[in-house]
Amino acid sequence: MSAFALELEDISKRFPGVVANDRVHLQVRAGSVHALVGENGAGKTTLMRIAYGMTRADHGVVRIQGVELGVGGTHRAIDLGLGMVHQHFMLVPTLSVCENVALGSEPRHGPWFDRDAARRNVVETAERFGLQLDPDTRVEDLSVGEQQRVEIVKVLVRGARVLILDEPTAVLTPQEVDELFAILRRLVDEGHTVLMISHRLQEVLAFAELITVMRDGRVVGDVVAAEADAEKLAAWIVGREVPTLQRRSRRAASRVEAEVELRCENLCTSGAREALHDLSFSVRRGEIVGIAGVEGNGQQALANVLLGLETPTSGRLLLRDEEVTTRSTAERRRRGMAYVPADRLREGLIEAMRIDENAILGRQHEPELNRGPWLRSSRITERALQLLRRFEVRPAVPELPAAALSGGNQQRLIVGRELERDPSFLLLAQPTRGVDVGGIQFLHECVVAARDAGRAILLISADLNEILILADRVLVIFEGRVVGEVTADAADPAQLGLWMTGSAEAAG
Amino acid sequence: MSRRGEMAARVANEIGAPIVAVAAALVVGAILVALLGRDPLAVYGRLAQAIFGSSYGFGQVLFKATTLIGTGLAVAVAFRAGLFNIGAEGQMYLGGLAGASFALLLSPELPGVVAAPLVLLASAVAGALWAAIPALLRAWLGVHEVINTIMLNFVAFALAGWILVEHLALFETVHTAEIPVSARLARLEQFLPALRGAPLNLTLFLQLLLCVACYLALWRTRWGYEVRATGNSEAAARSAGIPVRRRIVQAMALSGALAGVAAANFVQGYKYYFEEGFTSAAGFKGIAVALLARNHPAGIVPAALFFGALDRGGFVINALVPKELVDILQALVILFVIALARTAQQRLLRRRMARGVEA
Repeated sequence: MSAFALELEDISKRFPGVVANDRVHLQVRAGSVHALVGENGAGKTTLMRIAYGMTRADHGVVRIQGVELGVGGTHRAIDLGLGMVHQHFMLVPTLSVCENVALGSEPRHGPWFDRDAARRNVVETAERFGLQLDPDTRVEDLSVGEQQRVEIVKVLVRGARVLILDEPTAVLTPQEVDELFAILRRLVDEGHTVLMISHRLQEVLAFAELITVMRDGRVVGDVVAAEADAEKLAAWIVGREVPTLQRRSRRAASRVEAEVELRCENLCTSGAREALHDLSFSVRRGEIVGIAGVEGNGQQALANVLLGLETPTSGRLLLRDEEVTTRSTAERRRRGMAYVPADRLREGLIEAMRIDENAILGRQHEPELNRGPWLRSSRITERALQLLRRFEVRPAVPELPAAALSGGNQQRLIVGRELERDPSFLLLAQPTRGVDVGGIQFLHECVVAARDAGRAILLISADLNEILILADRVLVIFEGRVVGEVTADAADPAQLGLWMTGSAEAAG
Repeated sequence: MSRRGEMAARVANEIGAPIVAVAAALVVGAILVALLGRDPLAVYGRLAQAIFGSSYGFGQVLFKATTLIGTGLAVAVAFRAGLFNIGAEGQMYLGGLAGASFALLLSPELPGVVAAPLVLLASAVAGALWAAIPALLRAWLGVHEVINTIMLNFVAFALAGWILVEHLALFETVHTAEIPVSARLARLEQFLPALRGAPLNLTLFLQLLLCVACYLALWRTRWGYEVRATGNSEAAARSAGIPVRRRIVQAMALSGALAGVAAANFVQGYKYYFEEGFTSAAGFKGIAVALLARNHPAGIVPAALFFGALDRGGFVINALVPKELVDILQALVILFVIALARTAQQRLLRRRMARGVEA
């Protein structure tokens, strides 16, 4: 048995026009927790796909528990004891936990599916590693954290000794993160090996033993977590000094009594899972209000209602003291509303259309861009170029389709477009999801600058850290209700976490 | 990466795939001919001769292509709004009926410059209204337009058949009376004697104009921008404040109007009456034309010419091989276009993504 659970030797992978991995070496010691960090596009995902046999390297060797992977693909990787927990879960919502776990390697009894064996597998594995999981619940009824546990059980049942986790904490509450790490700790104690990709440096520092930093397709180096700090790590990742994300200046005290820009009064919506119940709050000019909460607790419904994509069953919505509850989206946008949606590929931009066409989406009415019914294409391209430059979107080629931009650059384009409208109210949903450290820094600066310029901003984020960094005031949403409110300075993450999971009574 | 280079790559991809598809279909067709024990070169030679050999033959091709430009454009416009209009056939059928009926109501004294456009308008309105039905169902109730447009074709055939038989048909025929001269569109043989006998008429220029107009409407106006945004992503269009439902209905109505106007080639330009089954499935062939044209107005004309030529060629090669060979060729072209479009698009996208990462 090799001392290394996973060895990647001299791995190179080119895609047309780009080197995704350039002579990468990575060794993961058996029985350790190893983290892989780097910006979007640094080559982490490609490397993991190569390790898992999903992508074949142009050059180099993959060894899993001392055995060469060769060209056998994913099946061979699984046989050799490697398991992958994807960032986006690969589960069938309508099937039960044990059916999902069995899927693809169903235990059989003659020609029949052996449900009892499948159930037994789940129960035994879950018990052995201290995972709480009801094998008969349907996956759609599980929380995100529980679904992740199903994914973990799935790879364990298939005999994985080495687990790769891609951004495992991105969608979890602080409590769920703690639980996940407890589970992983237990796995390691039992002799398993964990390799995780993460953007959250604090977690990586707290949990991993060794951290490998990748940049531009290369391994920049390994760091022993105990000897590193977040600031240095961030600098390594982006290849230059960056101040670590820290609390932003709060809004000036003189603005405390600024006018209310947006007011929600007793909003209710219908819908079984993600309805709003009697939701009330307001956002003042020059203020960032953060909505914290586990995803799926009404955030999307709230965004839809604010933007006019969904009509509330009762309650009122006021923009600068004028009721807009039943106004169209276009009308609200005309009155100064801007929106950065959580799902940028679905709602934020149109990948098949050109970057400059995307840069005017929602702003196509502006007189400057129109001459009668005609759009002035030269002005549009010009406008787009300015936007691309100001928000450092690369490549800054307005004629390309938006699909040519990486996720972080797409987000810069969207945020830039919405900020340049000079909105009086800005709704930001998961503004930095999947964006790398440098990009987050930049976007945060933009948001704070907008706040300081007097915009009212509502920030919906599953990343509690982000809310604590940016918001002046934090509301916690749980099952469509506001269950807690604090000023950011007084916020205690543990308390917020309790509110987010509905385990504490509402407080002031 | 130069911006011009990027544009060139896109254009090459858009044009290259259909050309390769046509070439591949011809190769497979040649193999089929050889399997039938005939000389592929002889068959294709005869085909080429039928198409290019005489100005009469070429006039016939242009005549057939004229209708296909109309229906192809109709399908392409709907497609840009994210709608698959399989109902162009029915919309065209009713457009023809409305045009002919309206023309018969007009006073024969009305000058041609007034009468002919009015009849075109009647055809357009009928097609637009018929297309608006599935569009409204789709926009407000979420009923998929593919099902409804298919079904409404049958309703259109039945409805038009009943009106024709009960009210309009001449005794012992399945067509109406001839429309007044003022409502007709002039034959081109009047100006170009070489085309003698070919029913090519002014509708050709009308359809070419409509191609240009549709291009301008879709790519140069705010309305067209909103239609394309809706077609590419309803969710994004909606959150941008675009009135998605209205754009869906409008685009589909425009599509139906274009299909309705496509009837003019026959009704106002050729036979001068509405006749049962006059469309010869041109509405359905419009889907193939739009596919080959990658739903772009600039591609509609060559694509319609190609299918028009195959239509014409079928008659001629019948002496050598079954004329169904032409149908097979048409089907092969579609298959290749679809297959190639996907792979080419993916290749291009991968390259762009790679560049996006690099930059």
